[in-house]
Amino acid sequence: MNQPLRISGSAAIDGVPIFSDLDLTLKPQSWTCLLGASGVGKSTVLRLFAGLAEGVRFDGDLSDPGRVAMMAQQDLLMPWLSVLDNVLLGARLRGARPDHDFARDRLAQVGLADHADKQPSALSGGQRQRVALARTLMEDCAVVLLDEPFSALDALTRAQMQELTAELLHLRTVLLVTHDHNEAARLGETILIMTPTGLVEIAAPTSPIPRDIHAADVLRAQANLFDRLRRPT
Amino acid sequence: MLVLWQTVIWTTGVARFILPPPALVAQTIWESRALLAEHAVITMAEVLIGLVLGAALGFVSAIGMVASPTARALVRPILVFSQSVPVFALAPILTLWLGFGLWSKITMALIIIYFPVTSSFFDALMRTNRDWIGLAKVMGASPARIMWHIRVPAALPGFASGLRLAAVYAPIGAIIGEWVGASKGLGYLMLLANGRAKTDLMFAALIVLAILTILLHATVNKLCEKTLDRPE
Repeated sequence: MNQPLRISGSAAIDGVPIFSDLDLTLKPQSWTCLLGASGVGKSTVLRLFAGLAEGVRFDGDLSDPGRVAMMAQQDLLMPWLSVLDNVLLGARLRGARPDHDFARDRLAQVGLADHADKQPSALSGGQRQRVALARTLMEDCAVVLLDEPFSALDALTRAQMQELTAELLHLRTVLLVTHDHNEAARLGETILIMTPTGLVEIAAPTSPIPRDIHAADVLRAQANLFDRLRRPT
Repeated sequence: MLVLWQTVIWTTGVARFILPPPALVAQTIWESRALLAEHAVITMAEVLIGLVLGAALGFVSAIGMVASPTARALVRPILVFSQSVPVFALAPILTLWLGFGLWSKITMALIIIYFPVTSSFFDALMRTNRDWIGLAKVMGASPARIMWHIRVPAALPGFASGLRLAAVYAPIGAIIGEWVGASKGLGYLMLLANGRAKTDLMFAALIVLAILTILLHATVNKLCEKTLDRPE
């Protein structure tokens, strides 16, 4: 997908406004990080793009992203399926012929080639999230929605997953909803803070992603973001 | 149990045609093993066929109820009815309609287990993790495929708990059916023995039934653990 994805308008759940007059554009083939306080509607934006906003009343324009891939904080692996079958879930759900070789390649990309036949319960939290990444890659969609996918991981695993995900989702249109200003500084090519009054864009470092965790521009952007997030609006 | 049983007999001096001692019952089980086996096979056949049919019917009903609100509106009263009307009341009618053979007992067993199987599977199907369903929708799944690939496998442990209950309840249905009208089966044998004051044989049939029910439950339990349960 080379068209920018745009959402503009207002959303409410049961008559309670979630956000109003939002105007967000996702640059194609680029990572957009969306930050903001809890309850400001970040996840609702993501769910609207995913077509999962049941119960949300949305007034405005929303570009159709086509089929998207999604990865969330929970790995959402099916406990009754093997690792390989979890990666193949999308094909099964669409009634397509599961491509085992392609799935094994995706597992190899996330470093889990030897774990294909295990059950998810036999894996660590970080490994499970890597299976979720392999499943997301398997979907092979131009648009990928990431809803705090690394927030449940320990710091070291999180840093590794950020790097792996950024490498493997290079040149896709990615919306990353996150609470982590360091993550946004490492991965955002566009960094936006969502506030009740609208979006605030923070200058992102210009170096390619994933950026080094200690790079000067990352630390600067991180500090800048932290100040903006703390500032009452 | 055995000690209590024997103690009651020793302390009260109750007549053996009222309460036979355990040793006598054990002896009767051994001496009448061919007779007991012949009737036990019939009862177990009724129970097993009832169990399989009831489980299948419950499986299909629960899925139908989840998939369609119309089906839910239609099936729910039947479900409640199957549980609220005492099967004792239905037994004579079923015997009248289906005869003295196996089918009236199978139907009794089926009616008795239909509610626990359907109800526990339905509840489990309704409890599917919403995020799993969301993921499946994003992946482009149709409602039917979400049902088959996500909801049903996710709910199988719930189906298993229904089956475990059913394994205990099914023999009740079959025995009641046999009491009302039969020419074979452990329930029939109990009535027959009772009528002829052969209390030891009646107890023998009762104990064989209890052992078979325990074995059935253990087997169903084992099968469920192997196939339907899963580590979270």
